[in-house]
Amino acid sequence: MKKNEEIIEQINHFLSEEFEVEKGIISPNGKIKEVLELDSLDYIDLVVVIENNFSFKVKPEDFTGIVTFRDFYDYVISRVNSKELA
Amino acid sequence: MNKRVVITGMGIYSCIGKNTGEVRDSLYAGRSGIILDPVRKEMGYRSGLTGFVERPVLKGLLDRRSRIMLPEQGEYAYMATLQALKQSGIDDDYIHKHEIGILYGNDSSALPVIEATDIMREKKDNMLIGSASVFQTLNSTITMNLSTIFKLKGINLTISAACASGSHAIGLGYHLIKTGLQDCIVTGGAQEINVYSMSTFDALSAFSVHETEPQKASRPFDRHRDGLIPSGGAATVILESLESAQKRNAHILGEVIGYGFSSNGEHISNPTVSGPVRSLSMAMKDAGLNPADIDYVNAHATSTPAGDASEARALYTVFGEAKVPVSSTKSMTGHECWMAGASEIVYSLIMMHDGFMAPNINFEAPDEDSAKLNIVKTTTEKDIDVFLSNSFGFGGTNSSLVVRKWSK
Repeated sequence: MKKNEEIIEQINHFLSEEFEVEKGIISPNGKIKEVLELDSLDYIDLVVVIENNFSFKVKPEDFTGIVTFRDFYDYVISRVNSKELA
Repeated sequence: MNKRVVITGMGIYSCIGKNTGEVRDSLYAGRSGIILDPVRKEMGYRSGLTGFVERPVLKGLLDRRSRIMLPEQGEYAYMATLQALKQSGIDDDYIHKHEIGILYGNDSSALPVIEATDIMREKKDNMLIGSASVFQTLNSTITMNLSTIFKLKGINLTISAACASGSHAIGLGYHLIKTGLQDCIVTGGAQEINVYSMSTFDALSAFSVHETEPQKASRPFDRHRDGLIPSGGAATVILESLESAQKRNAHILGEVIGYGFSSNGEHISNPTVSGPVRSLSMAMKDAGLNPADIDYVNAHATSTPAGDASEARALYTVFGEAKVPVSSTKSMTGHECWMAGASEIVYSLIMMHDGFMAPNINFEAPDEDSAKLNIVKTTTEKDIDVFLSNSFGFGGTNSSLVVRKWSK
């Protein structure tokens, strides 16, 4: 099973690559929409990079409760763990 | 009261140069931009000949969102439009305060359609196509992208008329300004050149197979021509009312004085003589000129046996014994298809500005039709006051434009 730290590092890496931001501006309490300057179309690309990296399907409504990077990490980690347990 | 329509900016990104300076040198030198692409042969192309255009690096020029929505030909169109707006002296502030339109010729966007289809078939989950594909695949991709990148607020429309798209875009822009509906319009044409974009055209055996000497393969009007060579890029022409241009002290490159159009009303791909004759005659009438008033004709001639012969007959019908000098710059560029009508206005404007006629390279021996024309074989110094440019496309769509050197 992947360690949580490894998953977070992987997330930070692909967010930085996909949305062309320095890794340094990503912090757990930062607001993901504001820091990455996401518009409605960018959430589609977020779905794509998550699936390409972690091989689970994401519904756009899954993002409803995700505000901070910490929320995002928790969501991905829980989906990765539940997939591995299944 | 009709308004006079002038050209205040131009931009070009093509296989013979990535700006007007490089293109000018290629035109003057009679330099071909044609290569043999081995990938096309591997993919089953009957002819691997193509114009070669380098993809521009847009990182640093455009943000991620703008970049990922641009297809290949959109990148070329962005580069050409950036140049044209800069030359015209139109900046962000001016655009913000004025209603500037865009009419651009484009008639395909094959690569992003194929890429999206591959994902759809493999993944069975359309969300994985991503957010950018739809804006790349639509035929109006150029106008939707450039209008949002440059924040244009006037007419916003793509012109699809096969290989006459770029020419009609300029012609229709000319009319919107002439009639006072718009003061300034970004016009032009763009053409993708990736390996997927031309397979359906190759299927018609329309391309030259003179692969041993790629730079000699495009030979419009020559007796031994055996087909066209696909090419691409983009060209932008800024059209503006004379009042608008003078109000902001813009440098004027030329004046559009005639536009003629027609439809053959016959076969979908076989050319006619009467259709082009009607578009040529309409353009000449609109310009109020006689054949002897035209100093140079930039022919549509693509190097196909039937097309060039029909155009030669049409030109002879309209210009007769006036012996107007004619060349096809497609001898160097190949056939830039949706872009050609716009790029050939840019090429001709460059010649007009620098006082020369670019050669119809590879014209070695005429056939019975081209023998009646005055074809420019070598670079010739010439003071061009008025030129005419022809563009014809599948479905029998024809467009002819007449441009005059600016004088008060």
